[in-house]
Amino acid sequence: MQIEDFLLMRHEILLTLGILIILMADLFRPHGRESSFSGLAIGLMAVITLAGLLPVPQGSLFGGMYVSTPLFTLVKNVLTMGTLIVFLQAHSWMTGPLTLRRRSEFYILLMSTLLGMYFMISSGNFLMLYIGLELASIPVAAAAAYDKFRMDSAESGMKYILSSAVSSAILLYGISLIYGATGSLYFERVAAFYTGTPVQMLAFVLFFSGLAFKISLVPFHLWTADVYQGAPTGVTSYLSVVSKGASTFVLLVLLYTVFSKIALLWQPMLFVVAVVTMVVGNLFALRQQHMRRFIAFSSISQAGYILVGLAAGNQLGMSSVVYYILVYVCSNLGVFGVISAIEHATGKLRMDDYNGLYHTNPRLALLMTLSLFSLAGIPPVAGFFGKFFLFAAAAQQGMYVLVILATLNTIISLYYYLLVVKAMFINSNNTPVPFFRTCCVTRTGLVLCALGLVVLGFAAVVYQQMFDMSFGL
Amino acid sequence: MIFSLAIWILALPLMMFLFLGLAGHKLKPATAGILGTAGLGVVALLSYTVAAVYFFGPSREGGLQPEVLFSFDWLHFTDQLQVKLGFLLDPISAMMLVVVSTVSFAVHLYSNGYMHGERGFQRFYAFLSLFTFSMMGLVVATNIFQMYIFWELVGVSSYLLIGFYYEKPSAILASKKAFIVTRFADLGFLIGILVLSYYAQTFDFITLTSLEGPVIGHPVGATFLGVSVLTWALVLIFMGGAGKSAMFPLHIWLPDAMEGPTPVSALIHAATMVVAGVYLVARLFPVYVLAAPDALMVVAYTGGFTALFAAVIACTQNDIKRVLAFSTMSQLGYMMLALGVSGYGGHDGLGFMASMFHLFTHAMFKALLFLGAGAIIHAVHSNFMTDMGGLRKHLPITHITFLLACLAIAGIPPLSGFFSKDEILVAAFHSNKLLFFVAYAVSGITAFYMFRLYYNIFWGVRREYPHPPHEAPLSMSLPLMILAAATIFAGFIPFAQLVTSDGQPFEIHTEWVVAVPAVLIGLTGILVATLMYKSEKTLPDRVAAFFGPLYRWASRKFYFDELYMFITKRILFNKVSSPVAWFDRHIVDGFMNLLAYLAQRSSFLIRGLQSGHIQGYVFVFVLGAVLLSAYMLLFVTL
Repeated sequence: MQIEDFLLMRHEILLTLGILIILMADLFRPHGRESSFSGLAIGLMAVITLAGLLPVPQGSLFGGMYVSTPLFTLVKNVLTMGTLIVFLQAHSWMTGPLTLRRRSEFYILLMSTLLGMYFMISSGNFLMLYIGLELASIPVAAAAAYDKFRMDSAESGMKYILSSAVSSAILLYGISLIYGATGSLYFERVAAFYTGTPVQMLAFVLFFSGLAFKISLVPFHLWTADVYQGAPTGVTSYLSVVSKGASTFVLLVLLYTVFSKIALLWQPMLFVVAVVTMVVGNLFALRQQHMRRFIAFSSISQAGYILVGLAAGNQLGMSSVVYYILVYVCSNLGVFGVISAIEHATGKLRMDDYNGLYHTNPRLALLMTLSLFSLAGIPPVAGFFGKFFLFAAAAQQGMYVLVILATLNTIISLYYYLLVVKAMFINSNNTPVPFFRTCCVTRTGLVLCALGLVVLGFAAVVYQQMFDMSFGL
Repeated sequence: MIFSLAIWILALPLMMFLFLGLAGHKLKPATAGILGTAGLGVVALLSYTVAAVYFFGPSREGGLQPEVLFSFDWLHFTDQLQVKLGFLLDPISAMMLVVVSTVSFAVHLYSNGYMHGERGFQRFYAFLSLFTFSMMGLVVATNIFQMYIFWELVGVSSYLLIGFYYEKPSAILASKKAFIVTRFADLGFLIGILVLSYYAQTFDFITLTSLEGPVIGHPVGATFLGVSVLTWALVLIFMGGAGKSAMFPLHIWLPDAMEGPTPVSALIHAATMVVAGVYLVARLFPVYVLAAPDALMVVAYTGGFTALFAAVIACTQNDIKRVLAFSTMSQLGYMMLALGVSGYGGHDGLGFMASMFHLFTHAMFKALLFLGAGAIIHAVHSNFMTDMGGLRKHLPITHITFLLACLAIAGIPPLSGFFSKDEILVAAFHSNKLLFFVAYAVSGITAFYMFRLYYNIFWGVRREYPHPPHEAPLSMSLPLMILAAATIFAGFIPFAQLVTSDGQPFEIHTEWVVAVPAVLIGLTGILVATLMYKSEKTLPDRVAAFFGPLYRWASRKFYFDELYMFITKRILFNKVSSPVAWFDRHIVDGFMNLLAYLAQRSSFLIRGLQSGHIQGYVFVFVLGAVLLSAYMLLFVTL
């Protein structure tokens, strides 16, 4: 093994170094001096993001335990950027008055989960995948309970760790069955032996259930709303965007490589799960008044749309899912950016509080509208193309029923997304959110989302590149 | 290389539009104007260089071949179906680059003076830039889909500019009319594109027009109502072109479009956008002439009829801009006629060359006429020739340039109009005698109404003006002089060496049998106008009375607006729209309401599932895994 081989792992190495730097900076902090570490963390993430954009060789390390391809690097970059935006948007919260000490923990915890996701994506072995998954889960529970003196934040952390434990148990059970059925944990060997015997199918379903928990697919989604509502907004947006994006991508890669031989068997299952997820997510989202809960259900239904593309199983399916993840990162972070800015400035979190927002804070209202339009899939924002490609992938495989059901669900989702827009633009309010200015760091985060939404819609190059990197079954 | 800079021909106007549109209100009007003009100056220089290198550079050997300067996939659906955005350089697009950038630059410069002090000055420049960007994109489109995108964009910018004075109800109505009529035509265009590309399996112009390509080399045998689908497709595509180029019967928007500021009329409704239809037919010309001659006949006769029809109306109008608008329609009909009578390759392609030649010269002198009209309106604050007369003393520069343009359009040698018109007449003479005589008649009427206009403005009654009219400022007279120079010299450009149907140069020579009568007819028209209008007489009224109903008919534009109003309001709205609206309101909306009701209802019913108890969550989780396994094992695997 040569020193150059470590270049393959530069994302992981840099991030580990970053975590250590923040940890050290906190340990050697002069006594009695408060520091938010926000600037440091943002700087470090920016460096990692930029370093990630450099061209990278592909290959595998440690006897196939660790694999790196251009597509993996691309997705890692997307996640890194998402994390950077989360940090930018959390800036005013982290630098504001807070009852907590040890602010560095927020960054250390989130960066650790990101590290876990990197390993998850690059794993070439089920055990490695599991370790990555756990590293990506346990710190999130701690982060969800970060605001620990607040009841619902503590409750949220607790619920997350308990549900996560159950899902891990089922996932591990699935992995052990996979080992029993094929005699290996390496992806390549497992793929070679996977023919769809009943034991293998059972193993597959259990493994899928474990991952489905992370993506909050119905019926493994029940934790989502409670955790999203209780956790601090920064953590929620991280959970709903970065964490979900990573798990979706891992599921995508596994389905298209390891389980490709049984595609005809998992396609009907994804069909059922996709439909149930879209319908349940939408039906619950209809009645939500609390913004974070609202987004929780909206993100569940979004996962359902992603499954539509996943189920297609062709090259278009893969590229459309990757593209949608990127678009989804921008849209959801846009929504969360606005929610967290308003929460930080006024403490308001209910949909009624957004009445008349356009008249006091037009820019925030516009960004929110743009992001919601993108989630709903209205042209010309990026979300339209994202949904279009997802549905096109499924239609190409002749899954017209699925596409029609997904389109019907899009119509329902349009209703509740537009409810928020209506509240902001049309409803009147005697006590609207007063005008406020966000600090420039937070604003950078918001502007990045807006740019992403518009540019991704028009810049076909991005999609084209993803398409070239993708492959079908 | 210079070709790598070509992207700036598109990028610069777009950037200017974004900048002036977003930040324009923070700039001083003068700054915005200078910025816009300077930007267009650069674009014009770039266009000239690109065209010059293309026409006279090393690629000349063995005829001018189309070149794709760059192209990238915008939407990639499958390997067969993809939408590209690119830059296609061939003789006609290179020529159009010169036309669009020259006229656009002149108009940008001119507007500094003409629009001075108007509200929304910066907005005006932003829209002008948007238009230039769209028009350039249309011209250099590598495929019919890109052309369609930019086709709609020029439509939008035209709409925005016609309605620039958005406080004036007539301007709003006119902009809506222009948009709706051309949109209606574009529906045909879109269907035509879909049919054509379905059978050809490509959007790409080079593949579409190549002689061995899927369309010309292996024409499809499918027919619809006894006519081959290819002919249908091309007629439908021509419908789009007819809408943009104001061909009968889709012409009704152009006269009303004169509600826009005069520089806009010069740029969009005289020189560039309205020739898009001619350009479209020219772009697909090999397909028309080789694979669907029937469709080309439709083009020829539509063009011929429009030329005559519009020329007759132009004789009766009193608003000077409307006279010019009908004259534009008539000349566009001329160009269509020339395309329609043309053959393919070598000297047979004379009509094609003549059409492009006339497009070029017409752009110059018609823009000049419009800008001159703008200077006149600027001086007397009225559009009507009844308010004018004897202006030649007050506006010397405008007078001379206007006269030059009138002589050019009347086809008097050695001005540019003579040469291009002559080629058209020769082409018609050799292929279709009926259209040839129509063309003769039109050229006589053209000379007549142009000089009717000229004498009414500059001669005739010497009247007292409330404000003494004064010559326009330099920013307005300079463009007039530039375009006047182009009007004089453009006729000497050896078009047959440069712009031909198959890229191969050929020799032309003047055919005196055709040219001499043409000049004589033009002179007769001028003479009649001189007798009638040079000094104040009652003769015009007596002539009008002599023609009686015909005159009234023509002056009301043959009642086409009224006819369309009747068809849309009485027939379409009542008989078609109302039932469709009912269906939409009750069936379509009803279905959506049902969906909404069901969603609300079931969402209420299942709310208990989200109890907040973690035990319940885990139970559902495990139950879900078990059910999924059962489903997979029982229904899918076995």
